[in-house]
Amino acid sequence: MSEAALPGVSTVVARRRGRLLRNSGLVLGGLIVGLVTLVAIFGPWLAPHDPFAIDLSRRLVPPAWMEGGDPGNPLGTDQLGRDYLSRLIYGARISMVIGVLTVITSGLIGTTLGVLGGYFGGRVDDAVVFATTARLSIPVVLVALTVVGLMGSSFTLVILVLGLLLWDRFAVVARSTTMQLRNLDYVAAAWCAGCSRTAILLREILPNIASHLAVVATLEMALAILLEAALSFLGLGVPAPLPSWGLMIAEAKEYMFFSPWVIMVPGIALFVLVLGINLLGDGLRDMLGTDLSR
Amino acid sequence: MGRFLLRRLLVALLVAATVMTVSFLLTRLSGDLAISIAGPNATQQDVELVRHAYGLDRPLWIQYFDWVGRALRGDFGESYFFKDRVSNLIAQRLPITMSLGLVGLGIALVIALPLGIVAAVRENTWVDRAVMMVALIGQAMPSFWLGLILMIVLGLQLGWLPISGTGSWEHYVMPGIVLAFSAIPSLMRLTRSGMIDALASDYIRTARAKGLSRLSILVKHGLRNAAIPVVSIAAVQLGFMLGGSIVIETVFALHGVGFLAWESISKNDFPVVQAVVLVLALIYVGLTLLADLLNAVLDPRLRTA
Repeated sequence: MSEAALPGVSTVVARRRGRLLRNSGLVLGGLIVGLVTLVAIFGPWLAPHDPFAIDLSRRLVPPAWMEGGDPGNPLGTDQLGRDYLSRLIYGARISMVIGVLTVITSGLIGTTLGVLGGYFGGRVDDAVVFATTARLSIPVVLVALTVVGLMGSSFTLVILVLGLLLWDRFAVVARSTTMQLRNLDYVAAAWCAGCSRTAILLREILPNIASHLAVVATLEMALAILLEAALSFLGLGVPAPLPSWGLMIAEAKEYMFFSPWVIMVPGIALFVLVLGINLLGDGLRDMLGTDLSR
Repeated sequence: MGRFLLRRLLVALLVAATVMTVSFLLTRLSGDLAISIAGPNATQQDVELVRHAYGLDRPLWIQYFDWVGRALRGDFGESYFFKDRVSNLIAQRLPITMSLGLVGLGIALVIALPLGIVAAVRENTWVDRAVMMVALIGQAMPSFWLGLILMIVLGLQLGWLPISGTGSWEHYVMPGIVLAFSAIPSLMRLTRSGMIDALASDYIRTARAKGLSRLSILVKHGLRNAAIPVVSIAAVQLGFMLGGSIVIETVFALHGVGFLAWESISKNDFPVVQAVVLVLALIYVGLTLLADLLNAVLDPRLRTA
């Protein structure tokens, strides 16, 4: 930002308004993510029907507000007559659980590598930078598809594969923020006070980079949810009949030219959730006043 | 400059070697390959036969060096399913994926650069926020879903473009748009932040003081400096896009290497899978190397670093 030029009153107002709007993004993102989390947790109580119950006499019933819709199935039914709203609600559980567990796995790996590289420097740092570079050159979707294709699709495997692949940004951010902190006075003070290296890393460094890592976590969670949907869409992610949103789109694909809502319902859900998580991440980043996108 | 080049080249070679090992281990460690190849109805005898025929009964390190030795000479073995040399298959399909990647990158740049510049010039106004909203929407859009929507709208309802397949240039338009969506957000944000930094710098102030026209300041002084990181990220993005094209090629039945990989994964055709992973990773390594070199050429300050 320009510090050289004196900002006029109008730019100050504009900036304040900008912050307000960005905060509204944070609020909106928080609302979306909070709502989906609640839906995921209380899914079994919220779903009007059994998401796995097949009723071939009631296939592809359109959503309630469309012609031929039935209020008993607010979002209609799929090609096997299963209630779309109930499947959507259970799909939210799949997306959220995969997103959270993937981020925990990848966050642990990336943060450990990044903090070690950033704190110790030298050879350790070279190794961490190299591992990150090598990881970035490996095409994520292709490798994930290959592993799932060879080992058979399962819920756990998707989390494991994505968790082992998506740690790069955690490592990059943890490394650069740790480097900035390493030479600060309070770290030196802790060292002089006789703290062990482990104690310094866990008690001095980690709490101070946590906010940056939280921003990365939102970005990676959004990415993990999108990737899970893409893998399931290609038939090599979460196995049927689990209602993963990606799988719902894949199963409905054949009917999309006649009744486009079959792909719109799960697609919009996926889009809104990922948008919400990204809004939350962007809001957090602005609040912290750091720009990690560069 | 010489030392920088040498160091960068050495890292690239090491990464390439790592990637080779990973793509080999990937297919070996994900279970017993002989069982996968023989299929679900095979007897124990069939599995043993397959194991021997494909040399899977040899020690792992011998298999590895055998594969590396051949791969270095461009020999990736033979496909089990297509009954053709893997190198032939890749040579046939790679141009399609590369064209798709370039079309995608072209569309992405045409959209991202102007929007990024406008957002920077009108920083903190509604224009800026609208552009950032576009970035957020692009980031949240599931590529395969966008592909299906384009098929319904542009393909079926408007009838402008073919829905799927590989024949003419028209088959590249929809997949290109979808692929561009994945690169637009980061290119746009980078152009915007680079432009904001450039516009706040002393040389822009000098240019203004000299009384140069707004356009000339924007293009000659602003964009030229903001473009440096964008050029290198564009090369890296192309690498990511080639890796991500597997989803889009499958959606649109565009027969590039991504589609080839998907077919091969479903058919347990592991020599092909291995080779595609390796080739795409090596292209990415090459592109990042190119990006760093471009950076060094464009920005003399980096050569000494």
